[in-house]
Amino acid sequence: MATEPRTGSGTQTDALPFFRPGGSYVDQKLLRRQHLTEKTVGYLLLACAIVSVLTTIGIVVVLLAQAVNFFADVSIVDFLTGTTWTALFQNQQQWGVLPLVSATLMVTLLSMLVAMPIGLMSAIFLSEYASPRTRAVLKPVLELLAGIPTIIYGFFALTFITPSILKVVWPQTSVYNVLAASIAVGIMIVPLIASLSEDAIRSVPSAMREGAYALGATKLEVSTRIIVPAALSGIVASFMLAASRAVGETMIVALAAGSKAQMVTNPLQPGETMTGYIVQVVSGDAARGSTIYYSLFAVGLLLFVMTLALNIFSHWFVRRFREEYE
Amino acid sequence: MTQQLEQPLTQEAAGSSAAGQPLIDIRNLNVHYGNFKAVGDVTFEIATHRITALIGPSGCGKSTVLRSINRMNDLIPTARVEGEILFHGENILSSGVDPVMVRRRIGMVFQKPNPFPKSIYDNVAWGAKVNGIRKGMDELVEWCLRSAALWDEVKDKLDQSGLALSGGQQQRLCIARALANNPDVILMDEPCSALDPISTLRIEDLMRELAKNYTITIVTHNMQQAARVSDQTVFFSLGENRMGVLVESSPTRDIFTNPRDSRTEDYITGRFG
Amino acid sequence: MSSPPILPKSTSLSDIGNLSRRQRIASIGKVVFLAATLLAVAALAVLLWYIFQRGWGWLSWGLLTNPPSRKPEKAGLSIAISGTLWIISLTLLVAFPMGVASAIFLEEYAPKNRWTRLLQINISNLAGVPSVVYGLLGLGIFVQWLDLGRVVLAGALTMALLSLPVIIISSQEALKAIPWSLREAAYGVGATRWQVTASHVLPAAVPGILTGVILAVSRAIGETAPLLVAGAAGFVTSKPSGFMDSYTTIPIQLYNWMSRPQTEFRDLAAAGIIVLLVLLISMNLIAIIVRQRFSSRTRW
Repeated sequence: MATEPRTGSGTQTDALPFFRPGGSYVDQKLLRRQHLTEKTVGYLLLACAIVSVLTTIGIVVVLLAQAVNFFADVSIVDFLTGTTWTALFQNQQQWGVLPLVSATLMVTLLSMLVAMPIGLMSAIFLSEYASPRTRAVLKPVLELLAGIPTIIYGFFALTFITPSILKVVWPQTSVYNVLAASIAVGIMIVPLIASLSEDAIRSVPSAMREGAYALGATKLEVSTRIIVPAALSGIVASFMLAASRAVGETMIVALAAGSKAQMVTNPLQPGETMTGYIVQVVSGDAARGSTIYYSLFAVGLLLFVMTLALNIFSHWFVRRFREEYE
Repeated sequence: MTQQLEQPLTQEAAGSSAAGQPLIDIRNLNVHYGNFKAVGDVTFEIATHRITALIGPSGCGKSTVLRSINRMNDLIPTARVEGEILFHGENILSSGVDPVMVRRRIGMVFQKPNPFPKSIYDNVAWGAKVNGIRKGMDELVEWCLRSAALWDEVKDKLDQSGLALSGGQQQRLCIARALANNPDVILMDEPCSALDPISTLRIEDLMRELAKNYTITIVTHNMQQAARVSDQTVFFSLGENRMGVLVESSPTRDIFTNPRDSRTEDYITGRFG
Repeated sequence: MSSPPILPKSTSLSDIGNLSRRQRIASIGKVVFLAATLLAVAALAVLLWYIFQRGWGWLSWGLLTNPPSRKPEKAGLSIAISGTLWIISLTLLVAFPMGVASAIFLEEYAPKNRWTRLLQINISNLAGVPSVVYGLLGLGIFVQWLDLGRVVLAGALTMALLSLPVIIISSQEALKAIPWSLREAAYGVGATRWQVTASHVLPAAVPGILTGVILAVSRAIGETAPLLVAGAAGFVTSKPSGFMDSYTTIPIQLYNWMSRPQTEFRDLAAAGIIVLLVLLISMNLIAIIVRQRFSSRTRW
């Protein structure tokens, strides 16, 4: 027996039909419509979430497929072990990637040397020393450093750090050099280290702080000998994520570090990182289907693998070494 | 060697109080948290080598008073502590006194055991290391753990994490940690409330043993514990505007059999709180 | 065997032993930590000061309305601004609904099992992939494989994929911030999951979601590398008028100017940076205002 559709207001003569004996108070049509909506919505949302999976698959497939084309011309061993990279010499192309890797590692190392102490000490200051008002002012200011587009840092490195700082201290610094780029990258990643380390430090329970103070320790002793060691896994993870960012940094090195692919031993000299090489190639006229074109993806693949490894390692590290406070 | 380590330490510098004499003299203590007056006009004494218990309904400021004694309230930005607390005759609340120094002499054990995420050895040694002790750490750690009745249970696993111990063991570890500084006074803020009954009794026995060489002050919401353990009991209650006030301070025997104040009697007989 | 070297009990609080040295070191420590924080702030200040003093003289309306030119006095950002607008609108159109939908799926619909955990990990990993790799992805798929060429559509799709993880994560945070009791109340009167989500949860999460999207977009505006790789052309002479036109963006135009050795072009680039910063600051301010205005209306 069909039930009347419930429109909400009901008629006076039929005020409470669901109490009619044998009648159902559930409107089947409405329910079916709702059910269909639910299913559709559910699938739509799932489809959107799947896009993220497709993105990852896309990245891997594109990089691999084009890199395979590259390795048809160049042996993997030569690629990974060669120390000469003369991609843009038409006649004498050599494809040893180590110069690019050495520049990337040097930039990462130097920028971390800048950012780790400043970032960690800022984190300690903000969480243990600063009053809430000071914190409310300084924290957003630090976050601003992270929000500045990297191209601006590159400009700063090229046109200020090199001529006005480095050349003054070391006149032999060349116009394009690794150190200026590294300093700029370091400044850029300070907020990343500072905010993640601060989170780790703040999650140390206050009971532990109290226990340390109660033993007659100064603030510095409590901060550095109890709190920081207790927050260490989060702090180290922040370092690894910052390093991963430094590895992937492109515009700063493209502008300031130079495009001379050589094994980097002197940071005052130019060097070309993996990301810098990619920019150099796309800024030119690489023909589609040429080895140079495919080299983009080979280098990109190496870059992707390096940052992925760092990211995965940092997550694993936190999971494995996260301090239990209970 | 074992003989000597089990000897209670009785080093007393010249001029210190003999047992039973007042060691800490609290006078007109007022504590504000921002605009809220948590504790008003508290005056009482804590005697040397005795166990003093602070009891009373929850929220009446007993912990606040306890934490004022070792200047832990300094860590709370909105706290304001007024009055005098004389320790060996000197006012520890005066601004010229470094709270770090106070805490060296007056140690504290907390309600929830809070060992550091370090090894058992490092937990005990930390306070002494920070205060400048370099040599003889092994003996010191062993001595503290024995005094806290924990040595036999952990002597084979000193480098294990302090957090791996059971609740009662962790609390004894915290006591051992406090002993490393050789304080005059050990404050205990509801030390057994997070523990099971058997651990509680063990710690009560420990308290009595420690009282031979230290002055113990505990806060407890468990009246029976106060009756079992303490020599002097101080009863707090709630006054106007939820301010904590001291009602009565008497020897434990007296306060439970013949309290002077009717509020004390009401609390003890369970009519409130 | 001597008795253990325990710190002696002393009667006087002024007998402080090594404490004065420790407190001196503690004060030095405090100064060092403060100095480190201020050093970072100072770096920001120096950077901003340098940009302003270098570019101030080159600010003009012409900067905003002129097309690029070989002469720095005549060069402007008009085409780049138009390109940025085209790219960002299309990016938003694609990434905003997909990102929010994915966040809704993960927070409101998906059961908590191994697959959704994997999905979550995948998204956080994507957030950490360097932007230049997204550029390569765009180059390989949109520009070459789908043969769209170096056009607005390809660039926008690339930027959409880049922004997607960030939008998803920030939208998830906004949804997580809504207390369960709100959903409970709605379920309790017999609403379906979609009704709960659309009529109750989403409206409450709008400020947080909007803030996240605005921030993601402002990041996208400042990105240079992915569009350099995925096809912004070297020298574009006219504003894009359709999705299949070639384009350039503000950061790429600036990169172009910065790479030239003449001082004037670098001064011009500094002025362009000021324009870009003003744009970004405005967007961030809008995000903050949105968050303030809407969150003050919400009462749990």
